[in-house]
Amino acid sequence: MKHAKTLVALALSSSLVTAAASAETLRLLTWGGYAPDEVIALFEKETGIEVKVTTSNNEDMISKLRATGGAGFDLAQPSQDRITGAQQAFNIYQPIDLSKVEAAQMIPSMLAATKANTELNGDVYGVPHVWGTSGLVVNTAQAKDVKDYTDLCSSAYEGKVSYRMKRPTLIGFAYAMGEDPFAAYSDPAKYQAILDKVEAKLIECKPVVKTYWTGGDALINLIRSEEVVAAMAWDAGGWKLNRDNADVKFVAPASGALGWIDTFAIPRKAKAVDAAYQWINFVMQPEIAAMITEAAGNFTASQGSDEFVNEVAKAQFQESFPPADLDNIKWYPAVPPGLEEMEGLALDRIQAAN
Amino acid sequence: MSQQRWQFYFLLTPFLLWIGLLIIWPHFNMLEVSLTERSWTQGDSFSFKHYLLFFQQSLYWNTYLRTAWMAILATFITLLISFPVAYYIAKVAKPRSKLALLMCCLLPFWLSELVRAYGWMILLRESGIISGLLQAIGLADAPIEMLYHDATIILGLVYSGMLFMVVPLVSSLDSMDNSYIEAGFDLGGNRWHIFWEIVFPYAMPGVVSGCIIVFMLNLGNYLIPNLMGGKDSLWFTEMVYTQFITRFNWELGSAFGILLLVLSSLLVWLALKLSGQSLSTTVGR
Repeated sequence: MKHAKTLVALALSSSLVTAAASAETLRLLTWGGYAPDEVIALFEKETGIEVKVTTSNNEDMISKLRATGGAGFDLAQPSQDRITGAQQAFNIYQPIDLSKVEAAQMIPSMLAATKANTELNGDVYGVPHVWGTSGLVVNTAQAKDVKDYTDLCSSAYEGKVSYRMKRPTLIGFAYAMGEDPFAAYSDPAKYQAILDKVEAKLIECKPVVKTYWTGGDALINLIRSEEVVAAMAWDAGGWKLNRDNADVKFVAPASGALGWIDTFAIPRKAKAVDAAYQWINFVMQPEIAAMITEAAGNFTASQGSDEFVNEVAKAQFQESFPPADLDNIKWYPAVPPGLEEMEGLALDRIQAAN
Repeated sequence: MSQQRWQFYFLLTPFLLWIGLLIIWPHFNMLEVSLTERSWTQGDSFSFKHYLLFFQQSLYWNTYLRTAWMAILATFITLLISFPVAYYIAKVAKPRSKLALLMCCLLPFWLSELVRAYGWMILLRESGIISGLLQAIGLADAPIEMLYHDATIILGLVYSGMLFMVVPLVSSLDSMDNSYIEAGFDLGGNRWHIFWEIVFPYAMPGVVSGCIIVFMLNLGNYLIPNLMGGKDSLWFTEMVYTQFITRFNWELGSAFGILLLVLSSLLVWLALKLSGQSLSTTVGR
């Protein structure tokens, strides 16, 4: 009996301690590089709020928040196209209070696009943070005529190309094959027809692929060792490789690079909501945003942060994106629920096909 | 008397909590999820949809059978390699080197499985050590890609399962009296007969328990097929993972999980029946 009392007292006091600590803690669910140590140190110094970072990816973020019904984190950073679908299906976010966000710090067009894309029943669920594209990373010394996704099927590069078995690959190939998958998002039958076409093409291309890469590090190793000369990848990865080997370049595909915006979204059961808004406003300051660009390799939606970014990154960006290619970026619209199941089946079939 | 009963239940509690909360309850939960059809317009309903989907899509049951077949093959190869090793440790080696030899088998397992998998990747990749060595001694004139094949998966599984096969084999061979073998020779048997008539039957409990452990590890392995497998290789556990984590389809993932449980239970039962062993003579020793 006495032991039981001690146990209860212990449990109570420890829960009090954690409650007290969490008032001063911001639990951030984000991508690698989006919360560099130096930025965290500056934020802790200015606000006294401790930041705990969990790095993740889009699917993992949704799974983590789904498992707890939107608890366990105070701020998440899903891509803008993955918010409304997940919100409708699992109700894991809370609306953003736009009056608490310093909108003047953000590039207006990007803020407007994100607001429109993450709106559900009149509420906005995301504001923009980091943006980038996926396209082609090409070793120009060995594969200079790779201009579009479908060129990855060219038998000239048999055993020397790589891409992921994820949805951007399906969408990129669909565009390169002359389809418009984003326009078909609202029409499942039409989307399935496009998927079937892409599936057939990707199965046909299988002998050419060396392997389907699964993680950024694996891809970087494959290209650095020149085992792979052309791959579908993110711009930041291409620029990183470019700094080591000038032949490796990020190329915007002829049919258009695919543009994503990673946002700030607040989980439904977040505890330190004020700290979350403080973090958003803090990291969107141009100088701080430039530090994040240095760490993550991608540019942010912070107005005027370009000035603080180093010359190499600026030059790389301009080389990869001449103005025409910049206008040709295909921005991901919000994914309707149910679509990913169709894509999933297609991806599994491609992987299993012989 | 009541004191003793109290103690018995008190000591049993951690076990009951463990098996109840971490094994039985989650599995029933998984069964329930797998039989639910989720819809955000009509709410949840009972359905066999996900099990039907498994049988309708040839992709799913093909992967299921392929995974089972490759896990069995890897287990068999592990047994083939481990038996001589275990026999040497238990019967041939001097008592003093026995421990050292067992330690040699154990040492690689002080590293995490991930590190061991990356070790193999460094050796086998196109620009890796073995490919470079073959070119240097003139056996190959171009880089050879040895990674990303089904054979690489088998290799990785065999390597990661060896220890769990060697240890039960050593312990069952260790207890065998050498005079059985001598008697066999005295009665005119050759090595082949003695192996099949005396040594192997005696080691059977160790063989079966080693096979069960290694088979379970192989079937449930995620890392090795994922890292070392090629573009065609899909492992069933990877499918469970993708359904849960990247597709948010917990219902289908749960159905796959249950099917995997059924498969492993069935195959273990079959192995015990075929070898004439029972759980108590093998794992329960």
